[in-house]
Amino acid sequence: MQHGEARFDRRHVEAMIAHCITGLPDEACGLLVGPLDPVTFAPTGDVERVVPCRNVDKSARTYSVHPQDHVRAMNAAQDEGLDVVGVFHSHTHSDAYPSPTDVRQAPDPTWLYVLVSLKDPEPTVRTYRIVDGDIIEAGMIVTG
Amino acid sequence: MPVEVRLPTIFRQHANGQAKLTVDASTVSELFDELTAAYPGLGGQLLGEDGQMHKFVNVYRNDEDIRYLDKLDTPLSSGDVVSILPAVAGGQ
Repeated sequence: MQHGEARFDRRHVEAMIAHCITGLPDEACGLLVGPLDPVTFAPTGDVERVVPCRNVDKSARTYSVHPQDHVRAMNAAQDEGLDVVGVFHSHTHSDAYPSPTDVRQAPDPTWLYVLVSLKDPEPTVRTYRIVDGDIIEAGMIVTG
Repeated sequence: MPVEVRLPTIFRQHANGQAKLTVDASTVSELFDELTAAYPGLGGQLLGEDGQMHKFVNVYRNDEDIRYLDKLDTPLSSGDVVSILPAVAGGQ
């Protein structure tokens, strides 16, 4: 099932993959910044920036976005009239699909959740929404 | 003293959609009381029934995590920015 669209510039996708490869052998993570709908305050699906963050866990199996990186990303985005609208992280040895842990800990049903799988030689990138425990793939439009 | 509060998307629905609020408070605890009085739906998102912060909520005074300061007793000064945000985590 697909829901809505997530729109990225190619350089955003390349930046996410590069950060995830740099983070090996651990999982890597970062935040997505974009606009909100002025009426619903929900993310529009547009991504204007990716913000690589530190993985506090320093683990190959789990990630936690460093809250200090999150604060800085959120406040800088809000100063520009944007906001944090999603998160990306790597799966080093599994598919680009949210794990039960990812679903259980998903912080916001309006966010985009990008998974970067590094299990094969060619990285795979897919985007989802996670709503009430349901995983919904978002159409991923990459331009540029 | 006036303190600026920053809210993430998930909490904004409880604050009429606002990302930035100005609240008069001299500690984080007072700030939470003021927020809860003004936006009752927000209070339950921040504190558990035991009055302690939910573990999946992070609160920063400027660039510092209040868990490493005085937690809810962390003092606030005029012009401080208090950022409230959800923990963002997962794993394969």
